Amino acid sequence: MSDSEIMAISATPINTAALRASLADVRAGAIVTFEGWVRNLNEGRDVEALEYEVYAPLAVTEGERIIAEVQRDIPIIAARAVHRSGALALGDCAVWVGVVSPHRDEAFRACRRIIDEIKVRLPIWKKENYSDGESGWVNCERCAAHAHG
Amino acid sequence: MKTINVRYFALFRERAGRDSETVETTADDALALFRQLTDRHGTDDPRGHCKVAINDVMADWDSPVADGDDVLLFPPVAGG
Repeated sequence: MSDSEIMAISATPINTAALRASLADVRAGAIVTFEGWVRNLNEGRDVEALEYEVYAPLAVTEGERIIAEVQRDIPIIAARAVHRSGALALGDCAVWVGVVSPHRDEAFRACRRIIDEIKVRLPIWKKENYSDGESGWVNCERCAAHAHG
Repeated sequence: MKTINVRYFALFRERAGRDSETVETTADDALALFRQLTDRHGTDDPRGHCKVAINDVMADWDSPVADGDDVLLFPPVAGG
């Protein structure tokens, strides 16, 4: 991942310290970062590990578009985001968002909007492996049930 | 008839049993194409929860499809 990428997909662990450092700017009075971690419970089932499938070409362009939209609406200095692909373990960082701005309110609002949009717009799918040996695509099971019913 | 290259992701790929296929179709738009494939792969009405891209650009379900297009079918996303 180069220093200049606004939105990146990473097959290796996210280097949050390097990302944070890359946003250093003397005009900034605030940095807000968000990290999404892999947790052990989802919708009542014990999760042991998970895998992200990412269609990177469009995930990158759509992520860049989200950040451009936020920069148009909220006066921030810069923002970057990285999302993992591949196999992740409990506690791993799945997604990182960082925003710098002169004042904290803009950074909080921009960071929140970027992560919210990433979750609903990027072509990324999460397959969870459960402790009972089953696995499932998150958010897909309802339509799967439809199809088989 | 037009020839469309369809690409499947995540649950759709597993259900179709393949990454992609080339289909001959008379479908005018992405929704009609999806519905034609519904018969083959048992998928549901995609509007509202599934997305489509044409030639690597996010599209709407009523976007027209043309001969030679690459149509990407995305089941419900779950990033983050």
